[in-house]
Amino acid sequence: MSDPFGPFRDPERLRGLTERLHRLTSERPLTFMHVCGTHENAIGRFGIRSLLPPWLRVIAGPGCPVCVCPPAEIDAAVRLATDHSVILATFGDMLRVPGRISLAQARARGADVRVVRGVHDAVRLAVDHPERQVVMLAVGFETTACTTAAAVLAGPPGNFSMILAHRLIPPAMHALLGLPALRLDGFLLPGHATAVTGTVDYETFATVSGLPASVAGFEPVDILWGLERLATLAVHGEVEVANAYARAVRPAGNLRAQQATDKAFEPMDAAWRGLGVIPASGLALRAPYHKLDALARFGLTLDPDLPECLPGCQCGSVMVGLTEPEVCPLFDKSCTPTSPRGPCMVSQEGTCHSRYVYRERRDA
Amino acid sequence: MCLAIPMQLTDIDGAQGTVNTGGVSCDVRLDLVETPRVGDYVLVHAGYAIAVLDEDEAAETLALLTEMGVLDNEAPA
Repeated sequence: MSDPFGPFRDPERLRGLTERLHRLTSERPLTFMHVCGTHENAIGRFGIRSLLPPWLRVIAGPGCPVCVCPPAEIDAAVRLATDHSVILATFGDMLRVPGRISLAQARARGADVRVVRGVHDAVRLAVDHPERQVVMLAVGFETTACTTAAAVLAGPPGNFSMILAHRLIPPAMHALLGLPALRLDGFLLPGHATAVTGTVDYETFATVSGLPASVAGFEPVDILWGLERLATLAVHGEVEVANAYARAVRPAGNLRAQQATDKAFEPMDAAWRGLGVIPASGLALRAPYHKLDALARFGLTLDPDLPECLPGCQCGSVMVGLTEPEVCPLFDKSCTPTSPRGPCMVSQEGTCHSRYVYRERRDA
Repeated sequence: MCLAIPMQLTDIDGAQGTVNTGGVSCDVRLDLVETPRVGDYVLVHAGYAIAVLDEDEAAETLALLTEMGVLDNEAPA
């Protein structure tokens, strides 16, 4: 069967949109930020930056959940795996994030660390190993939090628990407004997070910030269409949220997913690597589900004093769009995807990783 | 991490389904989508369908792009 979404990868449409974008003129340079690691990866992979007019710059914000996850949560997961002999399940990108030791190093020393596709597979591990404790280190934005919520509500077995390290995007965008060195003219919004949440919170953000935004998907035509709509709004001084990913994103979002998230979790203040503690930007289990809290179950507390990055690593500043990866003295020297010094070089969605892998195309 | 793949639902069994793309199929959880139907394209993220894609909206977007003239340009030689 033919792919009905194939036209969103069509070079002719991409060429037409590029020409349309170049016909727009701006009296001043414009900088748009996206807040999605999947966007950064796709922008690099498809060479989108090489298609932009000279007055338009697109930078990456705090959109990589692996990168923004602070060292305290990862360290707690390492301690559970090494000191409490649990099966520690998480997404593959989390394993090599450097810390006191990484989860990959813990595994090399004999800890039982498993890579899972999602929380459902971690629950299945608990079902298959009733004699073991299984802990999911759950990271990700709204897109992923609803899947964790679904697992919570489904009633996992008693030997399953979780470290909740989910983060919410709109509070981080508000926090970015407090960085005076960051001058932005608009936001490209993450299509899969908004497929879940809808666009209401982003309408509020546009009003508060005075910045236009557009929701974009992840095929090359989707991204360029999102940028074209955003540029048109910015050039005309219009502050609104455009939806350039209508096949996936309804204004109200996915109500069923939102209800699951709201039923399982409540907002809490949470730390972000690079941004510090942001009010109501994390999620905690609601009272009926406290028994699933791995930290409480094993008597662990998060250590807030762990260093955010190894010496010299600029991830904190790269993550908020203040530093381009190439400016970091470690980039492509002591820090590469095979030997990463910071989380931005570990994850497929990290800004440094995408820049390293796709930089030839970026300059093409 | 917010990577989600559009895949077609080929089978539904309660909250569990099977999806396929390009001949590759895998299990998917359907807890988070309303009334999915076999044949629907869903966005699959971390083993869960998080949205049913609207093919009419996709066609409308493509029609709008065509109307805007993005296919009118001659390809450079």
